[in-house]
Amino acid sequence: MFIDDFKAGLRRIAPIIVSAAPFGVLFGAVAVQHGMSTGEAVLMSGVIYAGASQLVGINLFDQHLPAWIVILSILAVNFRHILYSAAIARHIDLLSPWQKAVNFFLLTDPHYAEIERHAQGGEPVTFGWVMGLGLGLYLPWLAMTYAGCVLGAFIGDPKSIGLDVLLPVYFLGLVMGFRKRENWLPVVIVSSLASMAAVKFVGSPWHVSIGAVAGILAASLMPVKPGTRSELGEG
Amino acid sequence: MDHLFRADMLLIILGGAVATYLTRIAGYVMIKRFKTIPPRVEAGLNAVPAAVLTTLVAPSALTGGPETAIALLVALVAGFRVSGLTLIAIGWAVAMLIRHFIL
Repeated sequence: MFIDDFKAGLRRIAPIIVSAAPFGVLFGAVAVQHGMSTGEAVLMSGVIYAGASQLVGINLFDQHLPAWIVILSILAVNFRHILYSAAIARHIDLLSPWQKAVNFFLLTDPHYAEIERHAQGGEPVTFGWVMGLGLGLYLPWLAMTYAGCVLGAFIGDPKSIGLDVLLPVYFLGLVMGFRKRENWLPVVIVSSLASMAAVKFVGSPWHVSIGAVAGILAASLMPVKPGTRSELGEG
Repeated sequence: MDHLFRADMLLIILGGAVATYLTRIAGYVMIKRFKTIPPRVEAGLNAVPAAVLTTLVAPSALTGGPETAIALLVALVAGFRVSGLTLIAIGWAVAMLIRHFIL
């Protein structure tokens, strides 16, 4: 039972491993290029496990800022997880408290997106399934970080082989995957404009939180259709 | 690289790990305090994935150079037809072509 669900979760995450792997390698390579040891880079991947914030952390550490500013910036990039964990609360009733705690440790952008997709398709979100999904990405992430550290010395400029383009295009694909949802277009337009304005006038990494909050506010201010049943409510 | 672990880097890694785990459980803890969700809050929560993921994409069109902006535009159009690795390959190919043959 557990093992069948685990395998099903693994199969679901498998295509994402291929697209996430370059970012693990990218992180490892950038970490080494910024003077991190291999041990530090793999530890960071293992306990933070959130690529974009790890890259932000390295860049800020390089600027010799106080630790609390770097930690706060990591928090800002990862603030979106608060919204993910609120959104999946309604889908994980089958998990015990400690199973939820483990599942939340493995919560990432694709992990969240796949749980939403799974639950929307009416499939049960079991512990075995989320472990296949989560560990199926977590363990390769560590391996790819290590590979990136080893390769780091050989990659001259990540831009010359286009590594920098993969991340935004990958996230764009995830955004497009939600286009059937209500308010999708206004949300995407508002979040785009707000995050682009924020990156210009406030600076990274705050554009993530500012853009997200703007899009979410826009959605909650749209006219509410009368008689729509609550999807999030418990009863 | 003559060190295994540095104290200041360890502080950032472990502090960042605690901060990140808090973001991963906080939404769940907060939502469980409400019994029913007001419609506007629900509309906001349903908008979360598109809103957040968009902020990881759109600014790259400004900061990543013209080739990234064009690659994202092409991928946006292609995204109505294809997804996943195919989409990534298209965006990557457009950016690489411009970067190596035009710029």
